Amino acid sequence: MSLELKNLYDDFRDGETIKAYAKIIAEDAKRLKTPLNIMEVCGGHTHTIMKFGLPQLMPENITFIHGPGCPVCIMPKERIDHAYVLAMQPDVILVTLGDMIKVPGSNGSLQDARAKGADVRFVYSPMECITIARENPDKKVIFFAIGFETTTPMTAVLVEQVIKLGIPNILFHINHVTVPEVMAELIDSRDVHIDSYNNQIDAFIGPSHVSVISGAKIYDKFPKEYGRPVVVSGFEPVDVMQGISMIVKQFVEDRCELEVQYKRVVNYEGNLKAQELIERYFEKMDLFRWRGLGNVPDSGLKLKDEFASLDAEVVYRDVLPIAEIEDHKLCICGDILRGMAKPPECTIFGTACKPTTPIGSCMVSSEGACAAYYKYGNLL
Amino acid sequence: MCLSIPSKVVKVSDDKMMCTVDTMGVQRDANLMMMDDEDVNIGDYVLLHIGFVMNKIDEEEALASIETYREILELMNEDERKRAILEDDECPARGA
Ligand code: SF4
Repeated sequence: MSLELKNLYDDFRDGETIKAYAKIIAEDAKRLKTPLNIMEVCGGHTHTIMKFGLPQLMPENITFIHGPGCPVCIMPKERIDHAYVLAMQPDVILVTLGDMIKVPGSNGSLQDARAKGADVRFVYSPMECITIARENPDKKVIFFAIGFETTTPMTAVLVEQVIKLGIPNILFHINHVTVPEVMAELIDSRDVHIDSYNNQIDAFIGPSHVSVISGAKIYDKFPKEYGRPVVVSGFEPVDVMQGISMIVKQFVEDRCELEVQYKRVVNYEGNLKAQELIERYFEKMDLFRWRGLGNVPDSGLKLKDEFASLDAEVVYRDVLPIAEIEDHKLCICGDILRGMAKPPECTIFGTACKPTTPIGSCMVSSEGACAAYYKYGNLL
Repeated sequence: MCLSIPSKVVKVSDDKMMCTVDTMGVQRDANLMMMDDEDVNIGDYVLLHIGFVMNKIDEEEALASIETYREILELMNEDERKRAILEDDECPARGA
């Protein structure tokens, strides 16, 4: 058989295959000694899991914990305020990816800034900044960059082109974050409510496309040092079911390993050219404050000092607010991300907090746990 | 946000910086600057993310997965057939 594009869609969404894996998982799960909490780190997985009703296909002793892997959801309000303030500067065009449009900061969202006359543009690809900058030579184009390792190299390509082509009017506001650091934080962190270490997560489904770039190697320490298996899985429902089945088998067979289900695009080393691009232009920030989770050391990236003249956070230092802004006190996103609560347990879920009026981070984008629960109904 | 779309390469520019991909009938341009020069050729399957080719899809691995799924379904069907026959054997109304 030769591969058709159609196979890459249909075969990995096939209902019969999903059911077959549900049977295999149910059978193997009977041999589990303790119940399993499996965290899907990435919001893309959360979306698939809820859209295809996968929690209903799980035996009682397997539970999903929805992780922090949605770059829009984890953006703290103060950084959205940065975007808003930058957009309001005279002669600035603020450019970002579509997902950021509705995210509210303390003054409003970028959509609101646009309604007030700011020039905010949502693009499909960062490279569109070059065209915008050339068409508007008397304006500063600021690219508000978001995303995990998946999206960071694309920003790096844009930085490289800006330097190579000598484009004088593009600046960057960098909000790129990294996955392994926040995974470690979720295991390490002391639970604020009961003052004990929170060890709710038994295993991880590793993100799909972060791993395409970074390679499966970034998860090595989780089975080795933390005793948590990781199975890197694709985004389609069959991928996720097979990934879970592989995790359950590890527990039944008393193994604790890093495995890749998504072999059609993920290998151990990842895309080395993309990794070089990231390393050439970015370095770690000491801390990045994650919405819902708080400070996570070494989890954010910034432009290296030698490129400070391209860094909007440096150039516009004087106008950018620095105060941290806390989340609504009723919001329990932090607990949800740590696996201690499910969205419907939040007292304002679906009432005050909805996708159209999100109050906490998990409701902000369709990849957030609360938004996925809201959209796909009372599945649990 | 991190979703990427499987697509097929239909054209590669001479300088290997851009290509045109087909995504189930929709054609669009994609940037190749994250890939090594000789990596991407016409007919390859690739993953597309925010205007960039982020990696090639390994055809053999994709086919191997699909093969595994077919085998699993076969086995399940086989099991079900056997069970149906056994149940039929035990049916008290049999032969009535
Ligand atoms: S429903 Fe809204 S407020 Fe409640 S936890 Fe989810 S995002 Fe936070």
